[in-house]
Amino acid sequence: MLAIMSATLSELEEIARRCRIEIVNMVYRAQAGHPGGSLSEIDLMAALYSTSLRVRPDEPDWEDRDRFILSKGHASPGMYALLAEKGFIQHEDLHSYRVLGGVCQGHVDMKWCPGVDFSAGSLGMGLSFGMGCALAARIDGSERRAFVMLGDGEIQEGSVWEAAMAATHHELGNLKVILDRNRIQNDDFCESQMRMFDIPAKWKAFGWNVKEIDGHNMQEIVEGIEFLDNSNDGPSILIAHTVKGKGVSYMEDNPSFHGAAPNDEQYAIAMNELGAVQ
Amino acid sequence: MAATRDGYGQALLDLAVNDKVVVLEADLGKSTKSLHFRKEHPDRTISCGIGEQNMLLVAAGLASSGYIPFASTFAIFTERAFEQMRNGVARPGLAVHVCGSHGGTHTGTDGSSAQSIEDLAIYRTLPNVTVLHPCDDVSTRILTKQLAVSKQPSYMRTARNKTPVLYDDIEAGTIQIGKGIELKSGSDVAIIACGVLVSEALKAADQLKQQGINTTVIDMHTIKPLDTALVDKVSTRCGAIVTAEDHSVIGGLGGAVAEHLSSSNSTPLERVGVKDRFGESGQADEMLELMELSAPHIVKAAQRAIERK
Repeated sequence: MLAIMSATLSELEEIARRCRIEIVNMVYRAQAGHPGGSLSEIDLMAALYSTSLRVRPDEPDWEDRDRFILSKGHASPGMYALLAEKGFIQHEDLHSYRVLGGVCQGHVDMKWCPGVDFSAGSLGMGLSFGMGCALAARIDGSERRAFVMLGDGEIQEGSVWEAAMAATHHELGNLKVILDRNRIQNDDFCESQMRMFDIPAKWKAFGWNVKEIDGHNMQEIVEGIEFLDNSNDGPSILIAHTVKGKGVSYMEDNPSFHGAAPNDEQYAIAMNELGAVQ
Repeated sequence: MAATRDGYGQALLDLAVNDKVVVLEADLGKSTKSLHFRKEHPDRTISCGIGEQNMLLVAAGLASSGYIPFASTFAIFTERAFEQMRNGVARPGLAVHVCGSHGGTHTGTDGSSAQSIEDLAIYRTLPNVTVLHPCDDVSTRILTKQLAVSKQPSYMRTARNKTPVLYDDIEAGTIQIGKGIELKSGSDVAIIACGVLVSEALKAADQLKQQGINTTVIDMHTIKPLDTALVDKVSTRCGAIVTAEDHSVIGGLGGAVAEHLSSSNSTPLERVGVKDRFGESGQADEMLELMELSAPHIVKAAQRAIERK
């Protein structure tokens, strides 16, 4: 049974909307960064942080916290917006995105930003790191989990599949992945860069529990997170079908906004579409 | 005679009393000697299969959760995970301890693909990373145990084949990370060596003695941080330096000493090492001969350095 009421669903949608505004603000101010993948992941992360992830904003280094590993670390504006929303950092800190000395480094970095558990940047690394966190939890006899957010382009990296195989070998039921299947990578659509064919079948073949959802339907997202919470007999993956740039019309499904900032005119359009008070 | 990899395996067993110590393997535990730990502590030994990139980051995740991971494979295969070492271990400064066994041409008949001659150089370029290459099983055991209390990540190269045991009767405290060991003191030339070439350097010193040349021999087991105070001391005393390593002349111990001397004094330096080439299959002693790393070649280098005074 879904433990969450529809009013709460709209609350989650509202958190994600506020984060979207901050994502665009950050990239616009920096005139650099990665809006597309931040906008595609944010509904998933907003729901995860709000319904399942056991963390303490006032004690970010709490030893027994669940780990959240943003493996697609370039989509950092999404994570920073959420960390500010949840109180790990201040909203003013978002102004430090890509600014010298700022806690909001270009890619999420555990040395710089409270609430960040993994220093990302190179793709394909987060799942292995998450596996280490999950093993540590097991050896400790702790109930804590490791959640890893992967991008779809990212799983073209071979070492992701080293980790996928190893996680099953070690029967890591406390390792949980969300795959942001936004179908676009740096240069173009994934389909043109490296066809990946049946992604769910690949994870199933590696022994993972697999569920697919619409990554922008909050009801499905919450159910998907429940699936991750309840799949403890081995590693699990939630494949979320998303739209890159979701929420900003000209960014949606547009490879040009994987890693580009809006100009003044585009910024005004985005703020209007996201319902920002100007 | 003993192999440094045996010292590593023994150290892991010694360290097992600390329940935060975990061991990671990539299907080479029998070779790197982590198998002894696995046998005693299977619950704290993690098989990563033949997947070195994954292994280093699993180790990083464990380190971030309070564990002290020791991950080993052949030196050459650690290099496949160099970017993981850089971005996932060194950059966040997670104390993951990587041991690359079977380093150098001394590893022998497996041939050039297995003979890492660049590992010390590449890991030395990474901020936060301690780089070690001990010469005997006693020092390997001692240094490995010191790593377990270090807060820095590390790379340590061990060797496949046996070398003389130099430190059987060593006084406690003599062997410390970051401190070179003066094995012989002479005033004509200093040989600064690491790993399997330390014993060759001692032989070279004996041969030089017969020519009336008094030689200092340093075991520079720590390549980074380099014991620059000791380098300065022996360069002042001897006025001529030779480095000796089973590693490329580019970027390893010789490179580190050359970098230091270039900004401190103009002591002549001759570097004995692999001369920017790959190896081939051969016995360990044959390889040292072919690569011009053995004692007679160190003697010649010492003579050249003295002539340049």
